Amino acid sequence: METLLEILEELHPDVDFENCETLIDDKILDSFDIVTLVGEISDEFDITIPVEEIVPKNFNSAKALYALIERLIEEE
Amino acid sequence: MHFASFEFILFLIILVVLYYLIPRKWQWVLLLAASYVFYSFAGVGNFAYILITTITTWLVAIKMDKMRQHQSDYLARMKKEMSREDRKAYKAEIKARQRKWLIACLVVNFGILAVLKYAGYFQISSSLGLVLPLGISFYTFQSMGYLIDVYRGTYESEKNLAKLALFISFFPQLIQGPISRFNQLKETLFAEHTFDSKNISYGLMRILWGFFKKLVIADRLFYAVSTIISSPNEYQGAYILAGMFFYAIELYADFTGGIDIAIGSAQLLGIRLNENFQLPYFSKSIAEYWRRWHITLGTWFKDYLFYPISVSKTMLNLSKKARKTLGDGVAKRLPIYIASIIVWFTTGVWHGSSWNFIVWGLMNCFVILVSQECVPLYNKFHERFPEAGRTGWYRLFQVVRTFWLMSFIRTLDLYPQVGTTFRLYASVFTVWNLPELFQGGLMQLGLTGADYIVLAAAVGLMLFVSLKSRSESFLEKVSSRPIVVRYATYFAIFVFILIFGAYGIGYDSNQFIYSRF
Repeated sequence: METLLEILEELHPDVDFENCETLIDDKILDSFDIVTLVGEISDEFDITIPVEEIVPKNFNSAKALYALIERLIEEE
Repeated sequence: MHFASFEFILFLIILVVLYYLIPRKWQWVLLLAASYVFYSFAGVGNFAYILITTITTWLVAIKMDKMRQHQSDYLARMKKEMSREDRKAYKAEIKARQRKWLIACLVVNFGILAVLKYAGYFQISSSLGLVLPLGISFYTFQSMGYLIDVYRGTYESEKNLAKLALFISFFPQLIQGPISRFNQLKETLFAEHTFDSKNISYGLMRILWGFFKKLVIADRLFYAVSTIISSPNEYQGAYILAGMFFYAIELYADFTGGIDIAIGSAQLLGIRLNENFQLPYFSKSIAEYWRRWHITLGTWFKDYLFYPISVSKTMLNLSKKARKTLGDGVAKRLPIYIASIIVWFTTGVWHGSSWNFIVWGLMNCFVILVSQECVPLYNKFHERFPEAGRTGWYRLFQVVRTFWLMSFIRTLDLYPQVGTTFRLYASVFTVWNLPELFQGGLMQLGLTGADYIVLAAAVGLMLFVSLKSRSESFLEKVSSRPIVVRYATYFAIFVFILIFGAYGIGYDSNQFIYSRF
């Protein structure tokens, strides 16, 4: 989780990623951010995020995103 | 059948009466019949294309679903016999087979769209007798979106061919969108609906508001815009600025008016369509503008083209390679830049087969990417002047800047020759004829002084309603008012259209601008 928070904070230092649950709904992360994020996560966690997983419920909070990463690691 | 026509009003009245009279389980069947009747008005010859799309989409979606079902049955059966690697390999094999079907269906359907749309460009349409079928750009995108969703396993395929046919041909959204997603629309499209007076009054009000925008504003401004673009040698400088301003309002009134009629018509039937606009002219950047204008097309491109390209394995590998040789900055930007250029090129091509639309798309892309690069600069400015960024004046500056930037880019829609548009851009800064425009020039554009007064009042009303709708729907607000105020508002808009709308027996309202895309 720490690594993920670091990646997120580097992207938007002013956002409280630990508590925010509306990163997509409130348009805090845009499509360019998502692409950067997917690239960094793939590198850092050595997983592939398939395009069908790029949906708001997976990216709305750091917690949800971390759950996705754990699930993908499990499936790899 | 044109939305702004007497035939459409008659068609809608008959449909709504029948819809609430017949047994509710047949309502969706009636909608399919009505949609096909609506479509037949555009020429029975067009049916072949929509039927090919419907049938191929239906068959391939079911085929892909069956493969997925077979996969899960097989994996459950072989749970003990197969290793982790075997399971992975098997899944990959099934996915590859599904992908072959998906690609074949995409090629057939986008192939039809491309041939019909671009035959004109290669000047073979007339020799082959090809005509662009009504709404093909919209229903192709909608059905292919459905197919990709089934491939991704987002939801299951629709087994009933007639239901899928209705999803693809549902008449309110057929001509100019909004482009719906199957899992969202099916909730209300196939449901049984009881008569609800709220749906009727909201639906009627929304349709009335659409007619108001189309007939009072768009069809009136059409004359001024047509006059200005008809003669690029005569109308330059300030006339181009006036043309940009008029066209911005005309296009907004035309397109949102058409969408209002579509959403209102669906609401009369108890069906909910997605909103397609969110006050785009109040956007503070071009990227934001595109998130608020023609939303359903923008999200289609984002979900089915931008992400698949930008997060694909090939792109991520390319980015990794770039990191080693060209550094972190290039590596991060590469997927975004390549995907954006492809998306905007495609968006341009979607709008039309001539070069002006491609340049239009790429100019949007260029401005969005440059703005993205300027973010650190903006941040520095805000750090240095923290107060300035928070003022209403700064926000107003951002809104006005975005409006005019978009107006400049949008001029590429108007002139088929890209060179002409750039020559006219230059004229804005070199030809000084602003006084001439206000000393009689405006009166030579096909509109009278009375027309400008009507336009000012109508656009003022549109602006007022837009500002009032920022927190909640204007209709909700009006509905909560006493009955006298409510009906006075409805009646006032109706009378306004009756007196000032460009219509009448024998008057053929202009075709909606987006229906030609």
